[in-house]
Amino acid sequence: MYRYDEYDQQIVDERVRQYRDQVRRRLSGELTEEEFLPLRLQNGLYMQIHAYMLRIAVPYGFISSGQMRMFAHIARKYDRGYGHFTTRQNIQFNWLKLEDTPDILADLASVEMHAIQTSGNCVRNITSDEYAGVAQDEVVDPRPYAEILRQWSTFHPEFAYLPRKFKIAISGGKEDRAAIYAHDIGLSVTKSAQGEIGFRVLVGGGLGRTPVIGNEICEFVPWQHILTYVESILRIYNQYGRRDNKYKARIKILVKALGIDEFKRQVEADWADLKDGSGALTAEEVSRVAGFFSDPAYETLTDHDSQLNEFKADSRSFSNWVLRNVKPHRVPGYVIVVLSLKKPGSVPGDATAEQMETIADLADRYSFGEVRITHKQNLVLADVRQKDLIRLWQDATAYELTSPNIGLLTDMISCPGAEFCTLANARSIPLAKLIAERFEDMDFQHDIGEIAVNISGCVNACGQHHIGNIGITGVEKKDHDEWYQVSLGGAEGNNSSIGKIIGPSFTFNQVPEVIDRLLQVYLRERLEAESFIETVRRIGHTPFKEYVYATDLDVPEEETVDKHVVMPAQYSVPFYSPRF
Amino acid sequence: MIIKNRAIVEDDWTVLRLNEQESAENVTVAAGKVIVPLKVWLAQRDALQQRAEIGVWFASDERPEDLKGDVQKFSVIAVDFPKFSDGRGYSTAYNLRARLGYTGELRAIGDVLRDQLFYMQRVGFDTFAPRPDRKIEDVLKGLTDFSEVYQTSFDQKLPLFRRVQRKGNSPAGLGQ
Repeated sequence: MYRYDEYDQQIVDERVRQYRDQVRRRLSGELTEEEFLPLRLQNGLYMQIHAYMLRIAVPYGFISSGQMRMFAHIARKYDRGYGHFTTRQNIQFNWLKLEDTPDILADLASVEMHAIQTSGNCVRNITSDEYAGVAQDEVVDPRPYAEILRQWSTFHPEFAYLPRKFKIAISGGKEDRAAIYAHDIGLSVTKSAQGEIGFRVLVGGGLGRTPVIGNEICEFVPWQHILTYVESILRIYNQYGRRDNKYKARIKILVKALGIDEFKRQVEADWADLKDGSGALTAEEVSRVAGFFSDPAYETLTDHDSQLNEFKADSRSFSNWVLRNVKPHRVPGYVIVVLSLKKPGSVPGDATAEQMETIADLADRYSFGEVRITHKQNLVLADVRQKDLIRLWQDATAYELTSPNIGLLTDMISCPGAEFCTLANARSIPLAKLIAERFEDMDFQHDIGEIAVNISGCVNACGQHHIGNIGITGVEKKDHDEWYQVSLGGAEGNNSSIGKIIGPSFTFNQVPEVIDRLLQVYLRERLEAESFIETVRRIGHTPFKEYVYATDLDVPEEETVDKHVVMPAQYSVPFYSPRF
Repeated sequence: MIIKNRAIVEDDWTVLRLNEQESAENVTVAAGKVIVPLKVWLAQRDALQQRAEIGVWFASDERPEDLKGDVQKFSVIAVDFPKFSDGRGYSTAYNLRARLGYTGELRAIGDVLRDQLFYMQRVGFDTFAPRPDRKIEDVLKGLTDFSEVYQTSFDQKLPLFRRVQRKGNSPAGLGQ
């Protein structure tokens, strides 16, 4: 993985110093909260309901075991012993004090990490394919380009105060695993017929209030020109993106207003005189950065392992786990292992300090000391010897990291929801738990097969509900109770689509019943080997809608709950709140 | 007082801002060193270009291309930041320098604060008129927050990777 040189380290160290002084000026009153807000946001610091939340950048989801141990340290020393891995491959700590945050950043800088641009109206952390470098379908390894773009976007002077946040994702496989269609800029690194490396560039995708699938702005930008091409897109957006209404400020609105052809014309007019200038990328730099992503010391092995097959025959839970959580690797004798952070009853994406340390140990023992965070909020050990699978499974099971549910119903994406977030209309995590408990039966989940259930507490779509096969969104109604809209037919990947709302919204307790009815229609209608989304696409939404609303959803409701109170069973009180 | 070329200096320019009763056509531009709104320049160009020294300022939604061939006529061009979080002025400055070849004084006016100064100097501003309620000595410190940068902008024509020899991977460096 990429390692800092003295320049990277110096920039991050200077950032810590700058931020420490900004916090000092805030605490002394020299800076008003309004002035401090964009500064802290550009450092990933949010003021949530109970405390400050810090989002730490995990560049394209890659970390070393040492960095993971630092997360465990931060969780114990400054937080309540756990952290939350996010859909943009970052980690968040939810219970921090403002005064501690400069020290946390200094701790992070000591392991080559930071929280730069993890929020705010700037270029955010670049995300990528969690199987980069090891996937069988990879055309070009996207990681060197992701790192080059990370450096280019870090403290870019012209694009720190954009109309709105700006997210870039990059993928290099035949199958898109980085949701590039749902980003402000989506890049697919590929090869031309002549073998030249370049990028297919998508622009104006995004979720949120107005979900849009990205448009292709350029079919092939040669690798030398990718930085300047992205720069021109940002310059046009910075000048002409709307600033009068934050809900219309993302680049997708500008692209829609101008039309993709006119937007492209403006971008390429700007690009024309940058293109062959000194901002062009050099082969030396690509090769220097690519050197950090060269193969680890793989052994020469074969894919056949009789012991593994025997054990699979003996242990149903192991064979289920291999079926769902172990993915093929491009090197014989190696596999990719996904450690699930979706054990039913737990919070999707949460990991305790102890689990983080275990994961770091597992990475050292079995996977060259590296861990990857997935956009579905799980963790990946990318280079595991097939012959180590049984021991790895046994070790990880002791720490509840082997739920065999990757890609299944309980592998839900969920945002933090109203318990933590000031934007949310409804709780997400308790709903995810309720759904997970309802469908806990592994045989049932394996029978249903591939399905993506994504939950967001509001229209801002941090839980990516638009691209869930079943999407659930907390909506506001006049009574301020919790209501949830259910959408159907969303998907990520090469066939990305935006889900459509099926009808009137539901109460908290009705949602699992609604999911059950949707699944019943699928079970009734599916053809052999057809996944949930394929059935939805074949038969359309009507049979699903009709069945869901056919009879009353007779579900007892809980007593009124305060949706902003975190369930004390999960987290210890008292709450520290900076709001009061 | 303003910050110019990294030092605190006296300033003898006045910035003309139109009030509600005034229009670009009828406003009287006082004698002396005045920085006028772009609209006023465009409306009174014939008279104003007779002056020995004149400045013009851009609102955040105005584009430098509107000056066309006039850029070199000005002793000062200013860009207004109505709020520090409105970042259009950064691209305005960059385009004035890099695209229109403006070489004179480029001044940031309006909501100009310490924590934005580093970025402002990079896109081509050399002069800063901080918000009057701020201590100018303190604002000046913003220019030196960082000693190294990755990417090109107006101040730095070469990206870091073309400027210095950067360290590659050493096999011993992997894992922890």
